[in-house]
Amino acid sequence: MNGSERPRGEPGLLLRAGLALLLAVVATGLTLALLAGPASPGLTDAVAESLAGSGASNPVTAVLLNFRGYDTLLEMAVLTSTLVGVWALGPAPRIRETDPSPVLLGMNSVLIPLAPLICAYLLWIGASGPGGAFQAGAVLAAAGVLFIISGRRPAVPLPTAPMSWGIVVGLGVFVAVSLAVMPGGRQLLEYPRDLAGILMLLIETAATVSIALILAGLFIGGRPEDEP
Amino acid sequence: MSSALLYACAGMGLLLVGTWALVLRAHLLRKVLAINVMGSGAFLLLVGAGAMGSGPVDPVPQAMVITGIVVSISATALALALVLRIAYATGKPALPEDRERDLMDAGGR
Repeated sequence: MNGSERPRGEPGLLLRAGLALLLAVVATGLTLALLAGPASPGLTDAVAESLAGSGASNPVTAVLLNFRGYDTLLEMAVLTSTLVGVWALGPAPRIRETDPSPVLLGMNSVLIPLAPLICAYLLWIGASGPGGAFQAGAVLAAAGVLFIISGRRPAVPLPTAPMSWGIVVGLGVFVAVSLAVMPGGRQLLEYPRDLAGILMLLIETAATVSIALILAGLFIGGRPEDEP
Repeated sequence: MSSALLYACAGMGLLLVGTWALVLRAHLLRKVLAINVMGSGAFLLLVGAGAMGSGPVDPVPQAMVITGIVVSISATALALALVLRIAYATGKPALPEDRERDLMDAGGR
């Protein structure tokens, strides 16, 4: 920490002191705000009042897909554009070909068939309990990552479709639904009451597929070779 | 002291530690890690503060945090891809102004 021995380019004492002072001010402010208690009653009651007409009985899902649908729509846009950004950086680095360990293969043979089941359960239960598209997509993506690192190919030839379609389907369905509800004097993302549940399930299903593909694609770290 | 307050204070600590490392460390992987620590702190702070009121837990902060987690994952992936490109292109995982610095902090700071 001796100033005269510090190599060039290292942050000086002034920067450290300034940063420490700034962080101390932030910490003091946040602590005072936390100790003062909640400044407003929050939105719990407002959510509970409108929950009946939202199409979901889980308040978090209702907020995500209905009351704050904009956030989730833009979040899908962020996810999609992130993968576009990673693909734009270049082709995927080749994963070193090694023999996968038998433990991984054994675990894969148990976990990968279970993953779609868990995914479907999480997707369905999201309407009434903890769960939803993001959790379901993450589970499916985890199965994809396990499959990628095992280096194996599927024994049965799977029907192939461009990965890019699956990546944009979540955002596409979300935008299509949010626009399709507009005739009849409704605003963007204002679902009809009796259709809200089924529309949210439709959006979430498409989003799950996209989220799983995007997260697995981000793990690959570049554009796959067979993608344009 | 309620457990929600404890969570919020822990989140605040993570936020501060992450900011410190983000500014002072030169290695880009450390900066990416620091952003992640900061993000976790912000989420913990938000959820903890949202659970501090009496009665049922406010669902709005929870929905915001779950959105934030997904965004932070994708931002981390994009940042890591960029770090890889910088390391390939320049031979050193650091920003241009940090090129001269000791990335591993071998001095024991």
